[in-house]
Amino acid sequence: MLRRNSWRKFVNYFMFSLTGLCALIAVGFLFFILGYLVWNGGSSLSWAFLTHLPTPVGERGGGMANAIVGSGKLLLLASAFGIPIGFLGGVYLAEFGGRSFPFVVRYTADLLNGVPSILIGIFAYAVVVLPMKHFSALAGGLALGVMMIPIAVRSTEEALRTVPLMLREGALALGASKWRTIATVVVPAARKGIVTGIILDIARVAGETAPLLFTALNNQFWSPGWNQPIASLPVMVYTYAISPYDDWHRQAWAGGLVLLTLVLVANIVVRLSVSGRSAR
Amino acid sequence: MAADDVKMRVSDLDFYYGPKQSLFRISLQILTNRITAVIGPSGCGKSTFLRTLNRMYETVPHARAEGEILLDNEDLLTMDAVALRRRVGMVFQRPNPFPKSIFDNIAYGLRVNGTHSGAALQEKVEKSLRRAALWDEVKDQLHKSAYLLSLGQQQRLCIARALAVDPEVLLLDEPCSALDPIATAKIEELLFSLQDQCTQIIVTHNMQQAARVADFTGFFLLGKLIEYNKTEIIFKTPAKKETEDYITGRFG
Repeated sequence: MLRRNSWRKFVNYFMFSLTGLCALIAVGFLFFILGYLVWNGGSSLSWAFLTHLPTPVGERGGGMANAIVGSGKLLLLASAFGIPIGFLGGVYLAEFGGRSFPFVVRYTADLLNGVPSILIGIFAYAVVVLPMKHFSALAGGLALGVMMIPIAVRSTEEALRTVPLMLREGALALGASKWRTIATVVVPAARKGIVTGIILDIARVAGETAPLLFTALNNQFWSPGWNQPIASLPVMVYTYAISPYDDWHRQAWAGGLVLLTLVLVANIVVRLSVSGRSAR
Repeated sequence: MAADDVKMRVSDLDFYYGPKQSLFRISLQILTNRITAVIGPSGCGKSTFLRTLNRMYETVPHARAEGEILLDNEDLLTMDAVALRRRVGMVFQRPNPFPKSIFDNIAYGLRVNGTHSGAALQEKVEKSLRRAALWDEVKDQLHKSAYLLSLGQQQRLCIARALAVDPEVLLLDEPCSALDPIATAKIEELLFSLQDQCTQIIVTHNMQQAARVADFTGFFLLGKLIEYNKTEIIFKTPAKKETEDYITGRFG
């Protein structure tokens, strides 16, 4: 009897330790990656790095300013394309009924979310790059925009569903039409959730590399307009990392650090603002 | 218009949620500028009935009403729903102010109905808040969020919001059930003061409230209207046994 008791206790304790260790490892990876980036890239980070263009190999200095701006431009274009479509699609799913069409839309959006990003890149290549006959920010922005759509649809839909029916009924009872109710009561009531979803959406797509490889390509210089290949942080990191030059390797670490910092900051800011609200 | 005119005439109203029928051949007449109470045990269909009067059931898929409901001789079941709801307002069981300022809550209905000028809005918002006996309490905080008010104040705000568009009929679905006795008393006082300005129909599970406030009372049971008469008659000399059983608390 005593031996069975102590065996049970041992198994309990062992499983507790094992699961705890795995949880720690899971969390630890984030800190491990962050630490590695800081260790290897921190020394190459400087104001010059953030504001200068890349220099030819061997020349001292140089930075990734064009990649930072380029990522910004691509995300801007992606958002302009993906967010309105995703947002309005989410509004449809949350507010307009029917049984089979919304189900199909939701299911398809989830499937689109699962499409490998490199295939989205190939799609954009075929649809934009080939007809235009050159790589461009437009193609890259489109590819990223397509990736943003399903996330925006789902997060908008979920945010709108949290708005209680009572609020909608209050507006309808005053003689507001359904669309007016949605635009002036439901969406404003859900704005925090919607904005959170959008910021997380942008942060998620900011680090995508595969769709940009043969749409936006890369660029060592500034790219004005939307018709030229454009630099972006993820692709720059990739290009530098696989190069044979030490100097570029160091810069790749620094670029990766900048990218991760931006993504983490966006995520943390968003989660802090959401938790503040639920505390109210 | 004499107070004895009929404002709403319900004739053989049947109501269905999908295949299930919840109201059976309801017929009654609501008199203008009087307060009519609808009482009955839980699940008897009184809220369902109230919500047919401004077609709020249309938000529920597969809900349908059959029969005739006349609002001043116009069939409200076939009228434009938006136009109907501008004439027939509603106050709900739980206060449901919008996440906007106090001012914008009241102004919402006004803006929807076409009032946009700042001066006109100011004037109408003040008038509604005075009618709801809320003006003195909130006049210095009109631009603060409506959620900062107490529950009782929020409900008075919702009443003010409904009154702002000058509805001919005001439907109240158990407006005091979420409130404490003091807030309840304030609201009953408010409803009393609105007599002669507005036809009111109030659903309540509180019989004493019906007795205090209403001129006419209808008793519902299991989706049927059992009895409908002057409040005094319903409570003192009811004609039907079910009514008497309910009034005397033999079931609830």
